Amino acid sequence: MSDDVILEAKGLARSFGGIKAVDGVSFELKANQVLGIIGPNGSGKTTLVNLLTGFVKPDQGQILYKGQDVTGLPPYKVAALGMARSFQMVKPFYELPAFKNLIIPLFSSRVRRLAGGKYGDRDAVAKDLLEEVGFERDSQVITQRAGSLPHGYLKRMELAKCMALRPDLYVLDELFSGLSLAEVASLVPVIDKLMAQGATIIMVEHRLRELFRIANQVIVLNFGRKIAHGAPQEVMNDPEVKSAYLGSETED
Amino acid sequence: MKENDKSAGRRLERIDRGIHARSEDIFALNSWREMLYLLGPRVIPVVALVILGLVAPLYWQRVLVSTAMFALLAISWDMLASTGMVSLGQALFFGVGAYVSGILNHYYGLPPWLTIPLAAVIGSVICTIMLLPVLRLRGIYFAMVTLVLPLMLERIIEATKIFGGTEGISGLGQLPSVDVEFIVAMVAVWAALFGFRRLMNSDYGLVLKGIKDNDRSVMSGSINIYLYKAQALLIAGSIASLAGAFMTHAYMFVGIPVFALDYSIIPIAAAAVGGVGTLAGSLLGAFILVPLNELLRGLGGLRSVIYAVLLVVFTVGLPEGIFHFLQRKYCQFERWVEVS
Ligand SMILES: Nc1ncnc2c1ncn2[C@@H]1O[C@H](COP(=O)(O)OP(=O)(O)OP(=O)(O)O)[C@@H](O)[C@H]1O
Ligand SMILES: [Mg+2]
Repeated sequence: MSDDVILEAKGLARSFGGIKAVDGVSFELKANQVLGIIGPNGSGKTTLVNLLTGFVKPDQGQILYKGQDVTGLPPYKVAALGMARSFQMVKPFYELPAFKNLIIPLFSSRVRRLAGGKYGDRDAVAKDLLEEVGFERDSQVITQRAGSLPHGYLKRMELAKCMALRPDLYVLDELFSGLSLAEVASLVPVIDKLMAQGATIIMVEHRLRELFRIANQVIVLNFGRKIAHGAPQEVMNDPEVKSAYLGSETED
Repeated sequence: MKENDKSAGRRLERIDRGIHARSEDIFALNSWREMLYLLGPRVIPVVALVILGLVAPLYWQRVLVSTAMFALLAISWDMLASTGMVSLGQALFFGVGAYVSGILNHYYGLPPWLTIPLAAVIGSVICTIMLLPVLRLRGIYFAMVTLVLPLMLERIIEATKIFGGTEGISGLGQLPSVDVEFIVAMVAVWAALFGFRRLMNSDYGLVLKGIKDNDRSVMSGSINIYLYKAQALLIAGSIASLAGAFMTHAYMFVGIPVFALDYSIIPIAAAAVGGVGTLAGSLLGAFILVPLNELLRGLGGLRSVIYAVLLVVFTVGLPEGIFHFLQRKYCQFERWVEVS
């Protein structure tokens, strides 16, 4: 393994019942890169995210994060090592004010350790984070019940929850889905900023046009198998990819 | 703050009272009226209950003491439920606490003022260790285990005849007087209520409540949910074990009835009647149900029927629980507005 490889997946496989949700997927990811993961519905993208972040145990294969074997570690340990994930299906703490949703990651021992044991004012940090992902400063949306926020805000709150952990690797599951073009555009500078700070990002996306502007490389999944891996344009010209996407959407 | 009502053309609007919004932060208080608004619901019940208890006849004093113990069990149940652990077996904590204090008193000669706090800690540690293997279970599966464990301990004591077997241990030390018992019970129950409420409203409590709502999201926040669940068991279990230890010395006896279903079911009924998730509701529910049960004692066989009917009436009539209802009336005013 070379020095700047942050994540390495070797032959990951996982079945549910008879379905091979992920079937022998391997890849290497260098630090400070954006890796896109695309594929038709049900092709195993979320399962791959769950495997990488410890939410699902692989039947076979190995995951090395910063050279350390993290295969089979529980999700909270994976997150503590600096790999943060967002959920495709947002389920915020509906009854809490939006910013209070960020208290949980901010309360973790990882964040306390990074802060040098200083707890600080978590509410203030939470509000700052929401502002970073585009919540209007000192506005109602920051203190409003999370359950009454529009979908776009909840999605951005997912990103803020990840950012609260100050991770080295973000694994974002369809962050852009359900967002308006303007909302996506407003998140691009946020992602640029994270990259400038040295982060590495895995983005599962259906929104190919938006993804291809950000991603350095793309993996295409189909029926749980990796059918292509390379630069965005190169991958989209691949005949197998074209046929996998034939009849399913390439844009939404 | 606002609620829609299906009835045609009208909508029930609920608005926070100005005084409520202002007095949320204790440092923002700027008049006696606001101070009273804030402290009234906290201080009046405490004072009223203490006076009532000290003037009541001996029999009712004892009823209030055991009510306070059921209130502790209910508060404990409520805190566990708020952390996503629905327990059908508060009798486990109660019974183990009761036996620990009985054993420390009978075999080791420790006085009640030592055995009770010790049993609160040791009892809760023992129960938490027993439940560690099932922390991964959720919902009904966790509940089933908690239901079975106290019954199992009962059988073990019966079969092995340890700690007096079915006879139990009698002649245990008692507190100096019923008045002292009553005061100690009151201090315990109010300290538990205000302490636990403060805890659950802190960031720590927020993590616990998060586990109930969405444990995957909490885990993705790099939080070891099993560690937090174990801590919640320890904290909530301690007051339930304390209740058991206290009753051991109030009755001067401990035996297998401490694992009875009553100690598991009544706390849940109390929380349901009073209002789940507030801790105060559980206390209120206990102070309604347990004395009511005593009042109905004269009715013999009909008692449980009437009791059950009253329970249904409460829960159907006020599904949100009495505490939520009172809190809403106190903090908000309502008015009907026409909808165009
Ligand atoms: N927990 C589970 N239990 C059973 N089957 C599952 C589970 N998780 C995923 N699957 C199955 O695995 C396959 C891959 O699902 P996955 O959610 O990973 O796809 P996806 O690429 O994320 O799809 P989408 O684009 O719709 O989000 C599907 O057939 C799905 O039904
Ligand atoms: Mg998915």
